[in-house]
Amino acid sequence: MSIMEYNGSAVVAMVGRGCVAIAADRRLGIQAQTVSTDFQKIFQMNDTLYVGLPGLATDILTVSNQLRFYVNLYQLRENRQIQPNTFMHLTSNILYSRRFGPFFVEPVVAGLDTKTHQPYIATMDLIGCPMETKDFVVGGTCTEQLYGMCESLWRPDMEPDDLFETISQAILNAVDRDALSGWGAVVHVIEREKVTTRTLKARMD
Amino acid sequence: MAGAVSVEMPRGGFSFELCKRNAALAAAGMKPPTPVKTGTTIAGLIFKDGVVLGADTRATEGSVVADKNCAKIHYMAKNIYCCGAGTAADTEYTTLQISSELELHRLETGRKPRVGTALRMLKQHLFHYQGHIGAYLVLGGVDITGPNLYTVHAHGSTDKLPYVSMGSGSLAAMATFEDRFRPNMDVSVKTFKFGISRKSEKEAVQLVRDAIVAGIFNDLGSGSNVDICIITADKTEYIRPFDVANEKGERTGDYRYARGTTAVLETSVRKFEVTSETVTSAEPMES
Repeated sequence: MSIMEYNGSAVVAMVGRGCVAIAADRRLGIQAQTVSTDFQKIFQMNDTLYVGLPGLATDILTVSNQLRFYVNLYQLRENRQIQPNTFMHLTSNILYSRRFGPFFVEPVVAGLDTKTHQPYIATMDLIGCPMETKDFVVGGTCTEQLYGMCESLWRPDMEPDDLFETISQAILNAVDRDALSGWGAVVHVIEREKVTTRTLKARMD
Repeated sequence: MAGAVSVEMPRGGFSFELCKRNAALAAAGMKPPTPVKTGTTIAGLIFKDGVVLGADTRATEGSVVADKNCAKIHYMAKNIYCCGAGTAADTEYTTLQISSELELHRLETGRKPRVGTALRMLKQHLFHYQGHIGAYLVLGGVDITGPNLYTVHAHGSTDKLPYVSMGSGSLAAMATFEDRFRPNMDVSVKTFKFGISRKSEKEAVQLVRDAIVAGIFNDLGSGSNVDICIITADKTEYIRPFDVANEKGERTGDYRYARGTTAVLETSVRKFEVTSETVTSAEPMES
């Protein structure tokens, strides 16, 4: 078993028209044994910036705290909110500095540009190789299922409500084909002036 | 180190803090995950007035295509570019590091950086890490000595050749070069019949394009589009994408979900003022 599969996770982010959505499952397991069904994998960094951390639970906690710390420092130093792209590079640098002893997380960044309000999504591997796309990014133990769902469900310029349905159905159906993730999901739809957070009803098996 | 959350300020360089833990996990039978690799076709050649570099745009994680349009031609200096194959993060960060060192060197000397300088910096960096930094590079550029083209292996060995290829698709690309390469290729308009081709391009550019296309279609690790970078004494042209070798098919079905399909347990809305220059209060890390 891979260490990335020890706790199980699924995270996905998608771009819509003037909005982005990020979703994650809520399971925390120890291999096949489910321990918790309300484990947080998405962390708010800004008004319109979220990061999802699929991977090993202990590293999810460590990395999320470190990111919080560096983002707070950045905001105090610069007196402005961090841009999604800057935040992605911050995360990437933290991961690559541990190139030879990595954290087992594959961060997924989703947010809106603080000035232009343009949607931004990105992901990176566990040693911080950045990957920015214009459609969707995935991470966790069921990436293959998520890729399949996203490739067929995603379409350009979705309105926030349609984006929510699309990302929700993508993650719900993906985790149903993965034993290690699921047990509920949480979806954040990030818009210019509000963020809507929804907890989804899902299969609990 | 006190408390559950202790964040040390980075001191530069790599941190080996987690190596012991990760080794213990590996010893307990936990396989470490594979980082993104660029199973790649990258190639380059020297023509009459400069250098042409080419790359495909696929990044893979095992057999999964992780990125369908990634940029593998990295900026080193205005007159020097570098294609990367191998571990994606390593090619990204090695070229970034050397690129900034080159810029500092340029500012200090007040001269246009030489390709040889970039090569020496790269190979010393990579040799220092004894191949653990998995960057396999094709370095090309034009400087005071004329056009230069090199390959750099992860262990620090280098080659200086008129035409080179690297990555998993290097055999396909090299086969194309061996067939058609001539020294001092000109700007003569000569288009080869190979799939879709841009009107009439320089023979050298066409050859590199065909070499990359050979990799895209014959090597599973390479795919998607062709990126090209043409460097001459007075101009650098980075064309991305140069050629879309694989157009995505049109989706005929529609899998639209009607609004309200998904069962929602709980909804919360967080509204905020849209002012781009405010700072949210730094919340305590632990409450």
